[in-house]
Amino acid sequence: MAQGPKESKEFNATSFFSYIQDEKKLMGIQCRSCGHLSSTPRPMCPSCHSKDVEWHEFSGKASLSTFTCISIVSVAMGKRGYGRDNPCCTGIVTLEEGLRVSAHIMGVDGNNPQSIKTGMALVLDPDELDPEDPALTFRPA
Amino acid sequence: MATINKKRRLGREVSIVGAGMSDFGAFKEKDSRDLFTEAFQEMMGHMDQGIDIEDIECGYLGNYSSDLFEHQGHTAPIMADWLGMTPVPMTRIENACASSGSALREGVMAIASGMYDIVLVGGVEKMTNLATDEVTDVLASAADGLYEVPAGLTFPGIFGALAKAHMDRYETNLDHLLKVAIKNHNNGALNPKAQFNVTIQSLMERRQARAQERGQPVPDWRTEMDFLNDAQANPWIAWPLRLYDCAPITDGGSCVLLVASEIASNFTDKPVHIAGIGQATGRPLHDAEELTSLSSAKAAAAQAYEMAGVTPQDINLAEVHDCFTIAEIIASEDLGFFAPGEGPRAVDEGRTALTGDRPINTSGGLKAKGHPVGASGVAQVIEIFHQLRGEAGDRQVPNANLELGLTHNVGGTGGTCVVNILRRS
Repeated sequence: MAQGPKESKEFNATSFFSYIQDEKKLMGIQCRSCGHLSSTPRPMCPSCHSKDVEWHEFSGKASLSTFTCISIVSVAMGKRGYGRDNPCCTGIVTLEEGLRVSAHIMGVDGNNPQSIKTGMALVLDPDELDPEDPALTFRPA
Repeated sequence: MATINKKRRLGREVSIVGAGMSDFGAFKEKDSRDLFTEAFQEMMGHMDQGIDIEDIECGYLGNYSSDLFEHQGHTAPIMADWLGMTPVPMTRIENACASSGSALREGVMAIASGMYDIVLVGGVEKMTNLATDEVTDVLASAADGLYEVPAGLTFPGIFGALAKAHMDRYETNLDHLLKVAIKNHNNGALNPKAQFNVTIQSLMERRQARAQERGQPVPDWRTEMDFLNDAQANPWIAWPLRLYDCAPITDGGSCVLLVASEIASNFTDKPVHIAGIGQATGRPLHDAEELTSLSSAKAAAAQAYEMAGVTPQDINLAEVHDCFTIAEIIASEDLGFFAPGEGPRAVDEGRTALTGDRPINTSGGLKAKGHPVGASGVAQVIEIFHQLRGEAGDRQVPNANLELGLTHNVGGTGGTCVVNILRRS
């Protein structure tokens, strides 16, 4: 994990997850040159290619755009107890600011996908972050 | 985006003059070199006017992950050795499930550049050494390992999310998806190379017969839909996708021989020409412009149509990347065969069946033919090669005027897409 003052954090996934873990904040980047927002931090603006990017804090409020309930899970999700009897809900989540992220959805019933509604309001769940195997997690607001 | 729309031409014309593939399936006793050699030998045995191996000048091999599947990297020189082709240069191309689509493209450009006249391109994957959850993880490594995979996404998961978005936006339902599977198994039943050389109807009847023989309760499925809607027979993999929505785990190899068109008549009277090629990249689903389409497929198709000077309506048949049933429906829309949201109705109306006006996946597709990921792109081209030459046997499209066929080969969840348009001579 990156250490030191916030200004020195590298624009990468390590910093992305350490912000969630240490400061309970969902941070992306904004380009100082063209204003483009990115939910996945990187050192160069993918829109105008400027290197002049800065951290941008998202509110953590979001809605569910689409999802799946996965029964044949990855080895990592299997270790967390997901599988045929307990499908893992993962979604594409649209942030209040209009960008989308891929996220694990907690607090919903993966065995009953009909009960999970696209459009439902979600919030960032920073407490679910496992430092050994960090994943972005949201739950119903 | 200006550069992707630039009009591009091959430096000279390129033709396919031979094709071969191994059987597709699960072959415990075979390694990838055995599978590729089998494909090569079939090709050599079916060259209309023969060819000397010594005349092949260069090779490109599509292979996704022999490293993880077989603990074997640097696959290309091993294939060159097994084919007796050393020291001819052979290069491995990795673009996930579009690896051999990209390998073919490299071969086309190698000839078009003027550097070579005769090039072997193909692909191979040996997948069944690993358990299903391990294969799931290897395939998932073609998605974004920092942001998609940790969220729990698997390949079926990403396409499940695409399916849900398509169902929310359009009138797509679960039956539409299952009808794609039924159609592709119907075609696969006519393809002796297919891993599932059997209809879903026959699979269902076999299960019933087996239950009866064993004195177990016989499931009362009356139609394929009854069978496919039975959660025991067709379990969820990643809702809304079930087992029969997913391409299987497959071992297989494929190859074709490319030559400069000006010498094609030395090898066959029936060459198939490369009319247009396109390839494009795309971002992960969460950063895609739309959740119901693959932007790379649309961009690659636009390039291929432009180069070939044809429109989607000119294409007689297509092999598309149906790694999941929803992927075939989305492909049929991205390629411009049907308007966005109209893909499911086309399936309902039988338009994409072997006897429809736009046959899709006459080989059985990845779903029934099988999906040895690195071999699939060239295997698609092989089906179109045989169809355009009128040698597809029982699954020959009943249209005497077949002229143009298209292949659509997707890497990852649209990170790469390769589209080829082939023309009968």
